[in-house]
Amino acid sequence: MGRVRFAFVVLRRAKRAEHRSVGRRGRALTRLSAPGVTLLTSPGMTSNTSPAIELRGAGKAFRTPSGALHTAVRDLDLTVERGEFVAVVGPTGCGKSTTLTLVSGLEEPTEGEVLVGGEPVHGIGGDVGFVFQQDAVFPWRTVLSNVMAGPRFRGVPKTEARERARDWLARVGLSAFEDRYPHQLSGGQRKRVALAATFVNDPKILLMDEPFSALDVQTRALMSDQLLDLWAGTGSSVVFVTHDLEESIALADKVVVMTAGPATVKEVFTIDLPRPRKVEEVRLEPRFLEIYREIWSSLGEEVRITRERGAGHAA
Amino acid sequence: MPPESVSLPAAGTLAKPTDAAERSRTRARAVRRRVLTVNGTRLLVLVVFLGVWEWFSRTGVIDPFNFSMPSQIWDQITTWIMHGTAQGSLGEQVWTTLQEAVYGWVIGVATGVLLGIALGRVRFLADVFGPYVKVLNAMPRIVLAPIFLIWFGLGPASKVASAVVLVFFPVFFNAFQGAREVDRNLVSNARILGASNRKVTFQVVIPSATSWIFTSLHVSFGFALIGAIVGEYIGATKGLGLMVSTAQGTFNSAGVYAAMVILAVVALIAEGLLTFLEKRLFRWKPADPGAR
Repeated sequence: MGRVRFAFVVLRRAKRAEHRSVGRRGRALTRLSAPGVTLLTSPGMTSNTSPAIELRGAGKAFRTPSGALHTAVRDLDLTVERGEFVAVVGPTGCGKSTTLTLVSGLEEPTEGEVLVGGEPVHGIGGDVGFVFQQDAVFPWRTVLSNVMAGPRFRGVPKTEARERARDWLARVGLSAFEDRYPHQLSGGQRKRVALAATFVNDPKILLMDEPFSALDVQTRALMSDQLLDLWAGTGSSVVFVTHDLEESIALADKVVVMTAGPATVKEVFTIDLPRPRKVEEVRLEPRFLEIYREIWSSLGEEVRITRERGAGHAA
Repeated sequence: MPPESVSLPAAGTLAKPTDAAERSRTRARAVRRRVLTVNGTRLLVLVVFLGVWEWFSRTGVIDPFNFSMPSQIWDQITTWIMHGTAQGSLGEQVWTTLQEAVYGWVIGVATGVLLGIALGRVRFLADVFGPYVKVLNAMPRIVLAPIFLIWFGLGPASKVASAVVLVFFPVFFNAFQGAREVDRNLVSNARILGASNRKVTFQVVIPSATSWIFTSLHVSFGFALIGAIVGEYIGATKGLGLMVSTAQGTFNSAGVYAAMVILAVVALIAEGLLTFLEKRLFRWKPADPGAR
């Protein structure tokens, strides 16, 4: 995958730029010097060039069983460009996952707007893929049948669905396992089935909710590399939620730091590490550490706040 | 033999493989011995139980008129098999009861699963019908058997009806629970992958509710038999329940026991068939339920 992946479109309305500039405080690590970057600042927006995902002042409040109103996220402003890989990091339980459910259409925002491809989200769109934290493969279907599920749900004829599923199974290296049931696979293999089942639908928007958090460290690095490989061919936009800062820097073009709950965007960092990356190698580079330190100084504060609250709650 | 093939790579150390082979042979012997002991003890318990019963009856410790004895029960069964019962051949009686039970079971299971999943999936229906279902469930439904006899007459229909009401509720509640407890992740995943509501119901909710439903199928076949037998006992022209009631009417306690034995055998065979079916259907499940 020699292709440079981050031809990345920056389209920002003046108003929104101003709105966010407070949060950014000029800390964004600019990547203008990186080779292959196209910077488009054309104000003329057509639906073709509108960002892949846009959240405008989006918020979500839930009713708790006791009847109280719990705000999960508030005043979310976030733009994900087409083909961009955005990682969202934040303290545990701050509402990162809620952000994803808003974009996916599984939940509707109680405030503000969520746009996908320039259109407001109403229900689940056809262009969205979602990889869940827990196993979400169907245990009663074989591996092949699991990967076929998406196309079959969407009315693709059986033979074509099988062909596409076999293709993606080959790409994740599970061709030999197509007749197995999920319980006969390891955790990493099940995750690969989930990835294939998501990618087989050719999603333009790929949402990932701590997908590798249940895996051991070695498998996780392997899966991250595999994800980058798979993604490189698709040109889809990714929102990757994680609590692992290293993982987020290694994978993403842009790291979004969330505040302690109720969460909102605190700062956005641009990652100027060149692609293609190898996760295990990139984390040894001096630039990686520099970025890590910078983001951690922002994230660490929120983690501390969350921890103190937790302690106060326990006392 | 497998131990030999294991020993091949370790040609240098001759003592070890024979040790290993010896050990695995000892282990196999121990397993066989255990199986024998368990089965032997089982048989012993049965023999002692029947023996004591026979002995007490013969020596008059218990009244043979009330309690009968194994030899008489055996005689009764052989008489039924050889010469038929008062209502016709034994096979015909068993077949009648079984037919009623199976019809009742199939209808009860079908309606139970259908309504259970419908109410589990559609909140509105659950809210409307919830209280009624609770009221009906609280009622001892076996008292409906006489009413069914009045409605449907002495024929099999009244027995099928009482089997249906007994089968319906456990199946319904399990299907309902199963539909409610579907992993939310699986449903979200299916919806994201593009499944319509109908497809979510048929391809996610129903498969994941099947293990709930199947646990109720075992219990409910027993209920179907109870429904059929009680229906026959109250009034019928054929069937095992009628045999019990005739035996009781003629103070033939051996006949009551004999009918019970036949019923037990029938129920066991049905249970075995269900277990076999379940194993075929749940190939996707881990073999050992405690493994995960």
